[in-house]
Amino acid sequence: MKTPSLIHGLMAEFDDPTSLVTAAGRAHREGYRCMDAYSPFPIEELHEALGSHHTRLPLIVLVGGLCGCIGGYALQYWSSVIEYPLNIGGKPLHSWPAFIPVTFECTILAAALSCVLGMLALNGLPMPYHPVFNLPRFALASRNRFFLCIEATDPKFDLEATRRFLETLEPREVSTVAD
Amino acid sequence: MTPQLTQTADVAIPELAGLQRRLLLAGAIGAVLSLAGAFLDLRQFMQSYLMAYMLCLGVTLGCLALGMLHQLSGGAWGVVIRRPIGAASRTLPVMTLLFLPIALGMNHLYIWTNADLVAHDEILQHKHLYLNTPFFLARAALYFIVWNALAYFLNAWSLEQDKTGDEKFARRMQMLSAGGLLAYGFTITFASFDWMMSLEPHWFSTIYGVLILGGQGLSALAFLIIVLAWLSRRAPLDTIVAPAHFHDLGNLMLAFVMLWAYFSFSQYLIIWSGNLPVEIAWYMHRLQTGWRGVGITLIVGHFVAPFVVLLSRQVKRQPELLMKVAVFVLLVRLIDLFWLIAPEFHQAGVSVSWLDAVLPLTLGSIWMAAFVYQLRGRAILPVNDPEFDEALGRIIERGAPQKAAH
Repeated sequence: MKTPSLIHGLMAEFDDPTSLVTAAGRAHREGYRCMDAYSPFPIEELHEALGSHHTRLPLIVLVGGLCGCIGGYALQYWSSVIEYPLNIGGKPLHSWPAFIPVTFECTILAAALSCVLGMLALNGLPMPYHPVFNLPRFALASRNRFFLCIEATDPKFDLEATRRFLETLEPREVSTVAD
Repeated sequence: MTPQLTQTADVAIPELAGLQRRLLLAGAIGAVLSLAGAFLDLRQFMQSYLMAYMLCLGVTLGCLALGMLHQLSGGAWGVVIRRPIGAASRTLPVMTLLFLPIALGMNHLYIWTNADLVAHDEILQHKHLYLNTPFFLARAALYFIVWNALAYFLNAWSLEQDKTGDEKFARRMQMLSAGGLLAYGFTITFASFDWMMSLEPHWFSTIYGVLILGGQGLSALAFLIIVLAWLSRRAPLDTIVAPAHFHDLGNLMLAFVMLWAYFSFSQYLIIWSGNLPVEIAWYMHRLQTGWRGVGITLIVGHFVAPFVVLLSRQVKRQPELLMKVAVFVLLVRLIDLFWLIAPEFHQAGVSVSWLDAVLPLTLGSIWMAAFVYQLRGRAILPVNDPEFDEALGRIIERGAPQKAAH
């Protein structure tokens, strides 16, 4: 058992989005999996270059939506058929067409809430501390620089070899990120 | 940029000429069969013709409207289908000619043309001010003038843009599209009232126009997905069209499927809640007879099935799969039109004639031949569009090194 490393990972800095996407793609082909990329704006291609790992979020949203759908319908059924049966316009107590709009709205509400909460649960936000901010230059990630960080938790990570690999990607510089 | 992009589609994609010939042949055979059908049962012919015509017109006008929508919204999804959209809108003169059988045979379709019947019907007497033959024909002429004018100017300016690359044409097309979308909304509302809702002249539904409008958007999107999937298997689009484009179009198709369900259900909910004799009769013809099965087929086939399938990201990013969904959607569009039209002619129960299959195939083939002919005449992408590089630039850039690597 290795002692926990004091290094979060190695960070390479790039000038433009194309270099970052190319670098991420090469790192993925090289076998690195525990890595993340940082850019001032969303880059659609980056997701695939990093090896699009499947997220469980769609499943969470689907389950949330179905719960809202069933819950919304059940609430109306319970109130208008079981608990407070009222004759409205001579229509049957269980008048499903009238239940659809509320059922639909409950589906959307529950799906949207589970999407936001599920996203926060999966990505660990809000996160008061993240090691990447230990690197002063990382502030540029919200301006005009593009960063690729290979994390020390990656099985293939080796301080010397990984640094040499990152240098071959022609970054502006490679820095060590303290944990 | 590859030279293929600036060639006309006729030169870049030689298969199109053969496809057009086969479609024309199919249309000719179908026309002979349909004419035989017209002699055997004229009323059934008119009914099936109206259904087939509304499907073809839906694709044509849907394409025209989507094209105008894209002029206003922009986006990569529209740049790759701009030329099929233009070609479809240039078939409007053909659709105008194909309206003639409806105008000539209208007394076999619309009972309000029967003077004896109107004389004994107080409601129809009140509606006579609007529902009378001269005004019906004058309105139809107005709709076709508006649609043909929109298609003519948008296509003429698009051609000028191809030749000169002058940005003023893009601006002009945008200006016309803003007013054009509004004009399309009004004309299609009244056209659907005239041509389809008045089949049951006592009945009315104010949402009917948007229901038809949403259906036309869906038909057009499904058609364009099929066309783009076919084109993306061939040069020059094979290196340009990316899964992201299909993803966008798939999402739009999902939105239109939901829009159709929303409009259809809204109409049902309001009429069911009100339960008024004049309004509810339309649903009683349909839901208390054998037609109920067609209605359930629509709920499942026109909403549930495509909705569930199109939620999947994988389906939307695979052209082959998405194309199959689009073919299915076009088929249920036809069933929806069947549901709106046929029960007025057969109130006792479901009645399907062989003409209900032959006429959509015939008109579809003739329309497709006109579409392919129009598609062949211009380049397959709007290369001089000011949005072109922005919309496709990154994808072309990314496509090039991948090709070199193979």
